[in-house]
Amino acid sequence: MSEPSFQEALERLEAIVRELERTDVDLDRALALFEDGVRQLQVARGLLAKGDAQVKKVLQQADGTLATDDLDV
Amino acid sequence: MGGLTLFDAAVAPSDGALSVWQVTQRARQLVEAGFPRVWVRGEVTGFKAYRSGHWYFTLRDRRAQVRCVMWRSDNERVAGPLDEGLEVFAEAQPTVWEERGEFRLTVRQVIPTSVGGAWQLRLEQAKAALARDGLLDPARKRPLPRFPQRIALVTSFDGAALRDIVAVARRRWPAVELVVVPTRVQGETAEAELCVALGVVNRLDVDLVIVGRGGGSREDLWAFNSERVARAVAAVRAPTISAVGHETDVALTDLVADVRAPTPSAAAETAIPDREALAALVHGLARRLAAGLTGRVELGAQRLDRTGDRLSAVLGARVERARARVDAAEAALQALSPLRVLARGYAVARDPEGRVLRRVAQFLPDRPFRLTVADGDVPARVEDRT
Repeated sequence: MSEPSFQEALERLEAIVRELERTDVDLDRALALFEDGVRQLQVARGLLAKGDAQVKKVLQQADGTLATDDLDV
Repeated sequence: MGGLTLFDAAVAPSDGALSVWQVTQRARQLVEAGFPRVWVRGEVTGFKAYRSGHWYFTLRDRRAQVRCVMWRSDNERVAGPLDEGLEVFAEAQPTVWEERGEFRLTVRQVIPTSVGGAWQLRLEQAKAALARDGLLDPARKRPLPRFPQRIALVTSFDGAALRDIVAVARRRWPAVELVVVPTRVQGETAEAELCVALGVVNRLDVDLVIVGRGGGSREDLWAFNSERVARAVAAVRAPTISAVGHETDVALTDLVADVRAPTPSAAAETAIPDREALAALVHGLARRLAAGLTGRVELGAQRLDRTGDRLSAVLGARVERARARVDAAEAALQALSPLRVLARGYAVARDPEGRVLRRVAQFLPDRPFRLTVADGDVPARVEDRT
């Protein structure tokens, strides 16, 4: 679960927009914010556009360990 | 019962005799202190509803009988008057009616034994046990995550619940990952299997758990009224939704879970955000992002405009397309057209470190810099500052 989550992207984006909407923000900072914002947008849009929901099953093995496998539903 | 005895010398009047009321009052105190609330099984007889709304009746079995009162505040929850001969479970506080010196039960609730009453009795007892341990406390309820990434489903492979939840997930937000922890949800082994599955959930990295099954008869749903299963639900680390498909009854797991949903589909609708609503939210933020930058760049552009004449030499220099710092964002930039200001012919000049160059003094001879124009960046160099 190391890839950025939708929640992280959205929260970062919200923070960026809030800062960018302040008039006193420096131009360098504004450009950097914008670029970061675009990256967050791409993450968010990528997750929104993702295909079919993955369905997996988890089974406990005889030795107590868990095995995960794809499941067709 | 420390110190509470029927013939406490301290309360005896001077003639050594107690008043009748003193005796019945003490008897009541003794009975109530020594006899906690109980469940009694018996047959109703001599039922009478008074105009005050209180009910009076007798509970009896083959060997004994006891007078009962059920106050209006308690009997309002009962569907109707109790029929003569009806066998019930009654939750009651034994007491003594002081004015009559009569032992009786103050009945808090009655459950007819005929319509699954025995089950309901066990349910009530389990509920009381959970309440004692604070597991029904509303303060325990946790909020659900806004955007769950992995949801564990504790249900059976072959039930409608699984198919329904997957269908909702695919419709609402396919980015979500569903992890099924299979368990039987009815039959003799269901209780134990549900407990094991809920234990397995705690070893998974999930941010939400849906436990449930589709609709069924009261018997079919019984495992979800098990105290053991309810405790296993309460022990799940991630927020939980209980979804036992039953329109009228509330299952024990419903009371313990953070959120109760009437059906598995409804649980999925509650848990999984709607892609279209999110897309609208993201779109709104994208517009604000673009507007925010445009506003800021316009400010910078006005400044550049004032030094425009001097920059014309620079702008006339060899122009070459190159990858821009913002290239990574190109697709999004086009979608947003955020650099509308640049499209009107302005440019932003930046040094190799990306800092914006805003004064003539910052443009040093032979020092390379980049110009960001509407469709990308161009490398540039000051050749002659005259």
